[in-house]
Amino acid sequence: MSAAEKPPVVQISGLSTRIGDRMVHRDLDLRVERGQVVGLVGGSGSGKTTLLRQILGLLQPAAGSVRLFGEDLGAAGAVAQSSLLRRLGMLFQAGALFSALPAFDNIAFPLRELKCLDEDWIRRLVNLKLTMVELEVEHGTLMPAELSGGMVKRVALARALALEPELLLLDEPTAGLDPERSRSFVKLLGQLQGELGLTVIMVTHDAETLAGLATHIAVLADRHIIKFGTFADVMSEDHPFLAGFRDGDRSGLL
Amino acid sequence: MSNPPRLQIESGKVVLTGEWTLAALLPQLPELQSRLAAGGFGNLSWDLSGVDRLDSAAAVLLWRTWNERWPADLIVTETHRRAVERVSLAPAGARSETVTARGPVARVGDLLLGAIDNAVGLVTLFGQMLLDVWHLARHPSEIPWKETAANIYKAGALALPVTGLVGFLIGVTISYLSALQLRSVGADLFIVNILGISIIRELGPVLVAVLVAGRSGSAMTAQIGVMRVTEEIDALAAMGISRSVRVVLPKLLALTVVMPMLVLWASAIALVGGMLSAMLQLDISLTYFIENLQRAVPVANLVIGLTKGVVFGFIIAWVACHFGLRVKPNTESLSANTTTSVVTAITIVILADAVFAINTRNMGIPQL
Repeated sequence: MSAAEKPPVVQISGLSTRIGDRMVHRDLDLRVERGQVVGLVGGSGSGKTTLLRQILGLLQPAAGSVRLFGEDLGAAGAVAQSSLLRRLGMLFQAGALFSALPAFDNIAFPLRELKCLDEDWIRRLVNLKLTMVELEVEHGTLMPAELSGGMVKRVALARALALEPELLLLDEPTAGLDPERSRSFVKLLGQLQGELGLTVIMVTHDAETLAGLATHIAVLADRHIIKFGTFADVMSEDHPFLAGFRDGDRSGLL
Repeated sequence: MSNPPRLQIESGKVVLTGEWTLAALLPQLPELQSRLAAGGFGNLSWDLSGVDRLDSAAAVLLWRTWNERWPADLIVTETHRRAVERVSLAPAGARSETVTARGPVARVGDLLLGAIDNAVGLVTLFGQMLLDVWHLARHPSEIPWKETAANIYKAGALALPVTGLVGFLIGVTISYLSALQLRSVGADLFIVNILGISIIRELGPVLVAVLVAGRSGSAMTAQIGVMRVTEEIDALAAMGISRSVRVVLPKLLALTVVMPMLVLWASAIALVGGMLSAMLQLDISLTYFIENLQRAVPVANLVIGLTKGVVFGFIIAWVACHFGLRVKPNTESLSANTTTSVVTAITIVILADAVFAINTRNMGIPQL
């Protein structure tokens, strides 16, 4: 399992994104190796979520390329594309649960789509995921509209984890969770990361989550990654933006 | 997958190697599953030390193979043991699928209760509207002019092309079909009566009502419904702004005002279409047609047609807003309510049309 032989999990080179007339990214480069937990930080509106959407292939790059596991998502055929996307899990900022399905079926959905697993297997896996995110099995019967904000987040995380992804994209995973849950989330992710060698890219504004999980930090500003390096390296850097994280500033800079 | 999952049996020992993850398992799942199921491996000793990765999907597979017991003899690394342990601790409780088929009586009852529920809702909305109008009459500064104007534009001005086109085509069609019949009995000149009465009194209003219900009624239900889903309605309430004044009333006002105009427009175009068709088919000149239209169609018909427009417009907006407010915050409910809104609006419009027909049976019929 030497990481060096394998292509990087995510390789973004020369990426430009245009939404309408606005350039969101210009000539952005990012290379995430297997097993890294990258905290993507940057001011509001700096294009962090847009970058995640680019990695997912939800947006077409205006220039440059995004390669997942060494393959170009845009150039891949439909079958290759879906098998590539199966290897990653995405936690959307607002959860993006299917509102017409109860929580259980939301988590079971990607598993059922594989059309290989029997119902007992799926039920065990869904229950396991529910337990992992500290929800009760009974919560599975609730509709997304009946869940609290934090519960939506945890069900969404359970769904993102359903397919045992190798790459996990998290958009504000701990926003809306109470500190206790937020800490157990960090612990859970750390544990999974250790066991499965997960690669994680997370957008977060929470200094504690960042400090607890991130091995690497990418700073997004001025439409590209201005700084990428290990947690310690980046944090020692003198940048006004990072100062807020370092000092545990609670003044609402972000 | 560089290292596929492998299962070997060596002298009473089951040896697993490779990556035991969902993605790696999938290609050879049927084969592995049948081998695991056939083996009766539960009593053998297991060696998992050669496993690179073990995720929870694979852990579930193993746990089931072991009949939910730890094998007596198991070699496994600590991390992988934890993965299986988590599976073993997870509640296996069955999710109770309570799908109860309802009998015919219960279903009829449901329909009836639903209908009563909707009727109550509609009446409540009507009452609320009266209260709002009363409120606005005393506080004229709160009248939502802007929203009403926007709705008039959306439901009226933007609907002109489609209502005009459909009206024209219907006019041509009716004129053409009637002409064939009338010529055979030598009653060519009655085409004016037929077209005038049928279009102005009946077809114009109903046609426009059906179009507007599909076009604007559905849009209104969907808009209010999405505002419910995204909690925008609650945000309005939180700002102390009445949803019925700001969201419902402008739609009701706009459609009530704009429908008679659309009816007038569509009927006029339909008559033009009919006239052209009559001219080409029966050699009836345009001047003759227009002169005789006034004689053959008493003005009461126009009044009836336009009144129908007002009533139909109100009904469509009323039903649309009612179902919009009933949307529950999920996509399924949104689509169901939008469908019901359009279907109900058209049904009630046709019902109202029947009531009109009965109550105005002595009005506007020319005495020959």
